[in-house]
Amino acid sequence: MTALLYVILAIVIAVAIWQVASILNLKSVIATNKDNNTQGILFAVFGVLFYGFMIFCFVKYSPILLPESASVEGEKYDTLYLITMLLILFVQAVTQFLLFFFAFKYRGKKGSKALFYADSHKLEMIWTIIPTVVLAGLVLYGLTVWNDVMDSSDAENPLIVEVYAKQFQWEARYAGADNELGRANVRNIKGINTMGVDMTDKNAIDDIPVRELHLPKGRKVIFKFRSQDVLHSAFMPHFRAQMNCVPGMVTEFSFTPKMTTEEMRANEATIAKVEGINKIRAEKGEDPYEFDYLLLCNKICGSSHYNMQMKIIVEEEADFNNWLNNQKTIAQVIN
Amino acid sequence: MSDHHHKETFITKYVFSTDHKMISKQYLVTGIFMGVIGVFMSMLFRLQIAWPDKSFSIIEAFLGHHQDGGVMSPDIYLAIVTIHGTIMVFFVLTAGLSGTFSNLLIPLQIGARDMASGFLNMVSYWLFFLSSVIMVISLFVEAGPAAAGWTIYPPLSALPQAIPGSGMGMTLWLISMAIFIASSLLGSLNYIVTVLNLRTVGMKMTRLPLTIWAFFVTAIIGVVSFPVLLSAALLLIFDRSFGTSFYLSDIFIQGEVLHYQGGSPVLFEHLFWFLGHPEVYIVLLPALGITSEIISTNSRKPIFGYRAMIGSIIAIAFLSTIVWGHHMFVSGMNPFLGSVFTFTTLLIAIPSAVKAFNYITTLWKGNLQMNPAMLFSIGLVSTFISGGLTGLVLGDSALDINVHDTYFVIAHFHLVMGVSAIYGMFAGVYHWFPKMYGRMMNKTLGYWHFWITAIAAYGVFFPMHFIGLAGLPRRYYANTAFPLFDDVADINIVITLFAIMGGAAQLIFLANFFISIYKGKKAEQNPWKSNTLEWTTPVEHVHGNWPGEIPHVHRWAYDYSKPGLEHDFVSQNTPLFDGEEPS
Repeated sequence: MTALLYVILAIVIAVAIWQVASILNLKSVIATNKDNNTQGILFAVFGVLFYGFMIFCFVKYSPILLPESASVEGEKYDTLYLITMLLILFVQAVTQFLLFFFAFKYRGKKGSKALFYADSHKLEMIWTIIPTVVLAGLVLYGLTVWNDVMDSSDAENPLIVEVYAKQFQWEARYAGADNELGRANVRNIKGINTMGVDMTDKNAIDDIPVRELHLPKGRKVIFKFRSQDVLHSAFMPHFRAQMNCVPGMVTEFSFTPKMTTEEMRANEATIAKVEGINKIRAEKGEDPYEFDYLLLCNKICGSSHYNMQMKIIVEEEADFNNWLNNQKTIAQVIN
Repeated sequence: MSDHHHKETFITKYVFSTDHKMISKQYLVTGIFMGVIGVFMSMLFRLQIAWPDKSFSIIEAFLGHHQDGGVMSPDIYLAIVTIHGTIMVFFVLTAGLSGTFSNLLIPLQIGARDMASGFLNMVSYWLFFLSSVIMVISLFVEAGPAAAGWTIYPPLSALPQAIPGSGMGMTLWLISMAIFIASSLLGSLNYIVTVLNLRTVGMKMTRLPLTIWAFFVTAIIGVVSFPVLLSAALLLIFDRSFGTSFYLSDIFIQGEVLHYQGGSPVLFEHLFWFLGHPEVYIVLLPALGITSEIISTNSRKPIFGYRAMIGSIIAIAFLSTIVWGHHMFVSGMNPFLGSVFTFTTLLIAIPSAVKAFNYITTLWKGNLQMNPAMLFSIGLVSTFISGGLTGLVLGDSALDINVHDTYFVIAHFHLVMGVSAIYGMFAGVYHWFPKMYGRMMNKTLGYWHFWITAIAAYGVFFPMHFIGLAGLPRRYYANTAFPLFDDVADINIVITLFAIMGGAAQLIFLANFFISIYKGKKAEQNPWKSNTLEWTTPVEHVHGNWPGEIPHVHRWAYDYSKPGLEHDFVSQNTPLFDGEEPS
């Protein structure tokens, strides 16, 4: 019933617009000299507002952006990102200026005639070759970073961690003393063996299942991702890390944490961001927030997709080892 | 065509018509209807994103048992997002845009009596109509419509246990899309054959207006890539209904192990994006073609670099079929493959840059006639640049890692293909309305429509980049589970307000469109003083387009403001003047 009211409301608005339009003389259909003038000026105004709005957004919203990378590999990401962004902003600023300026400057005037200018080989060459050269540089640089980030084959003594996704929860498993994960398959899921670890595999005995991810600072971590039901994506934005979790296969990503949770909390950008957040929370009467690294799901996975998260704690290697040694192995948990 | 005089009934003229002009109007009106649904859905989910804890009577009114006291359920949120994407991409911007203007302009601008096969053309429209009806029906399924995202990645889309929308809703989605693809293929084949075979005397390929080049190449991309989506959908139907394991393997859900073994969702992603990425250009190229025509006409200048424009259309089309993997950098596919796709993807920036620069140069020293169509065309160039540039971030595998599937992506593709293509569509409607309905649309309403839409579009999508860069994933029902994202709540409110403003502005368009059909000022034969052949046909539609002989073509479409002539336009059928070089 209310739906009908909304439909009627929309119709009423449309009729109102029509009435206004009738007053505005419907016979006017083709731009006149006056229209050309007004609309040309409006493009200039719009151009100015557009630049103002862009600058406003950069000033106002910069504090909400992610702080510097918390992983070693992410530093390369940040540099590449910065260079790409500067390039984008430069091109954006120049081309949009030309567009709005020309729309203003060459607005139609009675009696003036356009320049017949159909082609220029030279100009075409310029704006084919310059983008080609710039892009070639960007591609080469991008691919070096990509290869560095994706290739973990030369890591010395990396920590192997399995991250396991299911609707709507994360779990994790450390490889234990042998640093080798035991085999696993969803067909082995039973009772508290929620990740389907194959307990007949000797590599599995010392594996350590956890519900909170701890990572050592300064040591390469190789993540092995699995999912038991639908696609999920393990997204760790502070580390510039993301990989899909795909049922039926194991995917991989790796990085080296470089700042402990405590260090990141003391980071200037983080402090500013947390302050901003806590101001908002205080207004709503909510408890203050303390920064933590997060693993979130970034592939649509069902109704609680928006609340599928796991806390990540980065600590000094000694603290990490200490923590890990206090966790039960899967054999202890199950038996 | 006086010998072509079989009697037309109401049914053959307005319903099962084989006349391309009528079919084009049918596509447009159906597209607008679907567009209203698609935009309305975006209003609903924007309300949810901005005020996740508030209740709205509009949500209570429209969402039935999918809401509780005016707050939508997470499942229906995902469903609305899914259907918004599906409808806008396929039903509005593929069928509504390409279907309307390819049908209207191909025969008229190349000088043909009709499409190569009027019957197939009619079948194409009615299949599209049928698929639209099925898609709309799917909205009323008990468990809700498809909810796995418009990309319908399995296993989510395959298992009703995973999300309720993957039951009957998904079945209808797949049936609707299969029919849609059949419709699109029939249409595309017809366009290709018509352009190749039915051009009038003198209409060389190198004299075709850029609109036709765009429609022609778009049709080729469609024929190459849509069948692959059909296969992907068929295999998904097999997995869902007949227990095969093309995409599924090792699944444990709701306490039981499913029998599937050996399939891979990554296979689906490859097949989907083999269409999905070219689809971006299927949507965008017609809009760019329309813009080329309108910018040239209203600048009273030849389009700058005609041959480069054709070259870049072909280059974009070719490259578009070998870049799909850039949607899959973090899907688990081999990183080396990622490198290859980064390379091909960034190559696309080159022809795109050429196009943008050529548009800007066409404006330079023009005599710009600021008709509503022209405003939307200039708007398109602006959003095409703004949105296209961030493609440098997303197309670069290394940089994609941290913005993949965040709001940054949403901002990017909405600007570069959503807003741009819809601007192209509006431009086309304002420009060719007199050709379709024999009347003119009101320009004042057109100006209001453009400026409010332009402000709203940037107001919505520019700040959205920052939300993405703050790390917020897309398709979240609410951000309330993460204190980390408390500081984007304000931006989301701003965005929603702009979205409502933009949505409301479309009412101006609807009023202008429908009322002008009946009450608009009667059009002259060539209101925009344009060179192309469609303006040599009579205002009142005749079957066969030209009452007498089809005009012969002697020149390209862009002889505007030619030096030494009295008028600033020369129709394509004007014979060469003394001493003039043929184009």
